[in-house]
Amino acid sequence: MQKILQRLEEQRTAARLGGGQKRIDSQHAKGKLTARERVELFLDPDSFEEWDMFVEHDCTEFGMDKQKIPGDGVVTGYGTVGGRPIFVFSQDFTVFGGSLSKNHAAKICKIMDHAIKVGVPVVGLNDSGGARIQEGVDSLAGYADVFQRNVMASGVVPQISMIMGPCAGGAVYSPSMTDFIFMVRDTSYMFVTGPEVVKTVTHEEVSAEELGGAKTHTHKSGVADLAFDNDVEALFMLRRFINFLPMNNRSKPPLWPTNDPADRKDNSLDTLVPADPNKPYDMKELILKVVDDRNFFELQKDYAANIIIGFGRMQGSTVGLVANQPMVLAGCLDIDSAKKGARFVRFCDAFNIPVITFVDVPGFLPGTSQEYGGIIKHGAKLLYAYAEATIPKITVITRKAYGGAYDVMSSKHLRGDVNLAWPSAEIAVMGPKGAVEIIFRQDMKDQQKVDLRTQEYKDRFANPFVAGARGFVDDVIMPHSTRKRICRSLAMLKDKKLENPWRKHGNIPL
Amino acid sequence: MFKKILIANRGEIACRVMKTANLMGIKTVAVYSDADKDALHVRMADEAVHIGASPSSESYLVKERIIQACKDTGAEAVHPGYGFLSENSAFCEALEAQGIAFIGPAPLAINSMGDKITSKRLAEQAGVNVIPGYTDVVRDADHAVEIASGIGYPVMLKASAGGGGKGMRVAWNDADCRDGFERATNEARSSFGDERVFIEKFIEEPRHIEIQVMADTHGNIIYLGERECSIQRRHQKVIEEAPSPFLDEATRKAMGEQAVQLARAVEYRSAGTVEFIVDAKRNFYFLEMNTRLQVEHPVTECITGQDLVELMIRVANGEALPLKQEDVKLTGWAMEARVYAEDPFRNFLPSIGRLVYYRPPEGEGVRVDTGVFEGGEVSMYYDPMIAKLVTYGEDRLCAVKKMQQALDDYYIQGVQHNISFLNALMVHPRFLEGRLTTNFIAEEYPDGFDSSHVPKDDPAKYIVITACVHRSHTDRASRLSGQLPGYERKHSEAWVVTIDDVSHAVNVWPIEDGYKVEFEGRHFKVVTDWDIREPLLNCTINGEYASFQVERIGIWYHLSHRGAETKAVVMTPRAAELHAKMPEKVIPDMSKFLLSPMPGLLVKLSVAEGQEVKAGQELAVIEAMKMENVMRASHDAIVHHIPTRVGASLTVDQVIMEFE
Repeated sequence: MQKILQRLEEQRTAARLGGGQKRIDSQHAKGKLTARERVELFLDPDSFEEWDMFVEHDCTEFGMDKQKIPGDGVVTGYGTVGGRPIFVFSQDFTVFGGSLSKNHAAKICKIMDHAIKVGVPVVGLNDSGGARIQEGVDSLAGYADVFQRNVMASGVVPQISMIMGPCAGGAVYSPSMTDFIFMVRDTSYMFVTGPEVVKTVTHEEVSAEELGGAKTHTHKSGVADLAFDNDVEALFMLRRFINFLPMNNRSKPPLWPTNDPADRKDNSLDTLVPADPNKPYDMKELILKVVDDRNFFELQKDYAANIIIGFGRMQGSTVGLVANQPMVLAGCLDIDSAKKGARFVRFCDAFNIPVITFVDVPGFLPGTSQEYGGIIKHGAKLLYAYAEATIPKITVITRKAYGGAYDVMSSKHLRGDVNLAWPSAEIAVMGPKGAVEIIFRQDMKDQQKVDLRTQEYKDRFANPFVAGARGFVDDVIMPHSTRKRICRSLAMLKDKKLENPWRKHGNIPL
Repeated sequence: MFKKILIANRGEIACRVMKTANLMGIKTVAVYSDADKDALHVRMADEAVHIGASPSSESYLVKERIIQACKDTGAEAVHPGYGFLSENSAFCEALEAQGIAFIGPAPLAINSMGDKITSKRLAEQAGVNVIPGYTDVVRDADHAVEIASGIGYPVMLKASAGGGGKGMRVAWNDADCRDGFERATNEARSSFGDERVFIEKFIEEPRHIEIQVMADTHGNIIYLGERECSIQRRHQKVIEEAPSPFLDEATRKAMGEQAVQLARAVEYRSAGTVEFIVDAKRNFYFLEMNTRLQVEHPVTECITGQDLVELMIRVANGEALPLKQEDVKLTGWAMEARVYAEDPFRNFLPSIGRLVYYRPPEGEGVRVDTGVFEGGEVSMYYDPMIAKLVTYGEDRLCAVKKMQQALDDYYIQGVQHNISFLNALMVHPRFLEGRLTTNFIAEEYPDGFDSSHVPKDDPAKYIVITACVHRSHTDRASRLSGQLPGYERKHSEAWVVTIDDVSHAVNVWPIEDGYKVEFEGRHFKVVTDWDIREPLLNCTINGEYASFQVERIGIWYHLSHRGAETKAVVMTPRAAELHAKMPEKVIPDMSKFLLSPMPGLLVKLSVAEGQEVKAGQELAVIEAMKMENVMRASHDAIVHHIPTRVGASLTVDQVIMEFE
């Protein structure tokens, strides 16, 4: 017995040391924490229950049988974040460069299987050089086993990836199928093929940072949802983010108590929309003044900034917020913003998070780049996402709601539960100028007539009344009462039950 | 008494006049331009009349529109406020021709005092001390140099029609004088439509002290003590106080009596201000007379207990002044700080935009004269003043302390503001001693104002408050639903607060009415009922009152206190240990670029691509708020690329040129 305990302790010590002190120092020198330090910071103190600490690889090729390190390059287990359970795996770059072996993958699969079974989210802290080349196809099989579980877990429990080092080649496809990807600036990158291959094939010279660094993926590609300055900040913010999420697709979002009154008025909102319809304003101000405690967790803020997405709380309960941003591209929808919004709405729908949509949309972005890029199908994603969503949907039109974009943005016609409009709302097929040019083409040469017609059109359509008369907006509200009206609507919708017809799955225009 | 008056102004002064009118039971009419459609003065008034487009030359300066508005609304009198038409005798005459009373002086007084050259002559005749100088119009730069050498340098070049610091230049030598003449003439033309410039002796170590006079139409003229307005930045008043910490009773009386003599000489009526320059030996010289209500009139109201606007209205209505000179008693001390939408850390460049959050301070002895509100707009068309913050106490120190506190409680978001600068002045030892001159700011901040000038309060306070704020957040987090029974989030008492790269081990415990904090062997009791959603944390720290503006951005807490902003983070000791291992982020080098420090119009590019420039050389001129701002090279460089051109409207931080 004593001997067993001694051996256990030895194995534990070896596992804790990972790839050894030298590699740990080198990890620190790169400004990165070790896999275990990350788990320690991420979870509540002393809450980590580690599994499979003694798992080793069983590869014998290329002398691998002489190099075995307990844990095999990944730390797995469960713990709590803010007292709520969570599964976590953390790849250990100090052990074989964090490379993925068959058994490394099996450890990840094990916690994912459990997570799905018990309905607890999974967080991956990725820091891996890629496949364990010495294992050959076993390693690839390992990847695919993880991919399959990512797909099975999708929509069942939230999955979050924090990229904290390299993540290249096939390895990127596991994070890509999780719900959210966060990155650490300067120390993480993601790409399918690295700079060397790019150079050989396309003769493009590009650095790893430029090709797949945090900035690239948060500004250009939209692959990552957020980037943080360093490991510590990233893990703290990840904890804060998880506090917004429900455990699984059968549970409600968590409640975060607040002292912010549900009926809090904000008179400054009455002057948010400028008198000049072409003057932009910051939609984020509305969001911050409506949600509890001014607390808004924005995602993808530097990508497709013409749409805003993120989480907030209303009366303590998590809501998803989607809003057109008049400050960027006048708030119009384009390929990137439609994709960004659609994926977010689908996440909220999968996990019972009500969606509040603030609308100021002049339409879809015109142009060849959009048409050639397939705006027809991409724009349809957002339409599809809103239309299939069965969660409570509340829409507030602050200003423009023109054309097809009006329909898309959680309109009444897509089963919007409560659709409200500010007095400044203009719900119409298009703006006055364009409309007059079409309807009164024969008058276009006479400026006096044009002005008259424009005014006629404005009087008729540049207001919420036409839509109101048809019941497409439920009420016209004063901006200052927006929070109160949304809170009441959410309370009314608390037990909303709506089911789509049975099917294997819908066919969203991918 | 009048039944209804029209206020031919906007902003805080329009609101200020309406307050008194309301108290007197007089109905008010506001006028407004396009930009002011939703302004506070429009909301406050009983009626409001639209008078034109946003530029003041198309609205607030159009006499006919205002007179028409009077006729349409039946207003019997007009209060002009300050600026705009307040010193325009033609307006005054036009009103009187229509039988509408002008709440201010008669055209004769306005005319004779409005022109600096005439006013100086009249003052001299009335037995008022004047500064040596040349009171005729200067013909050209050569003439300016000739006159200047006659008087002796330094000299001051001033626009005849000037005011508010525009069109004023000091010259220390012939080259300055030529350059100053050009600039003063240009600014005079663009600001006042009158390019006449005159020259006078420039007095060193001067104080600006002015006398408030009030006259009725029955020959009664009194003076209501003085205001010291020496704290000026580029001739714009920043801090005003009453009384002056410098005057003795004899000087006060002498100045007051000369001011009254001058008022009598021009048959003055209503409120007026005689401005003097006072030198270190308490010699005083007439500067000019402002024939209107001054911006800084509230400090006089505080110490005299009079409502100057009420007196003006009564005088305009033909009533005699209700008090005699011997009834004027100066009690206590009042301090006024002008809160501007400008960025003190960017050479006070004006800032415009929406007041996303605006919560002025309140309390005993605190008066805020403002024309804005939360959700309102600081417009590019007008003076970017947000408010006048006035405090009143039994003595100077008391007024200063109240001002420090009130500035601390002032919460403004959306536009840049000068609160940290005002705060720095309010705690400046030389200011506290009362050793003021109009060069105070130029002398104390010779290279401009930057964050190193912001005095920091006891660092312990920031640490203690950060710990309390964090504890408050973790308390809230610990109440999240869905926690595993028996495995709930535990509270830690031991934390590490990191401020300015220094970490402090801190223990914090909640107590009934706040928190107990211990660090480095010191104990603090913080009493507060702050909630995490409040931007302003009011508390007492060991019984001493303090307030902090708190914002959480990512993992950081941003605390503003006494004008200083601090960034702090709170972690468990273990997390702090790991955090210390994280590399510093390198801030990208922007010295290769000339960035526009403000929104404005690029009116001149002084260099071309490929040109070598020396440090201090003029690169470009940006016009904003009618002021020409010269951008100079901060170091020697070669201009590589200029991506913008003259006439472009610039946003903040837009690249104007790139260096090699």
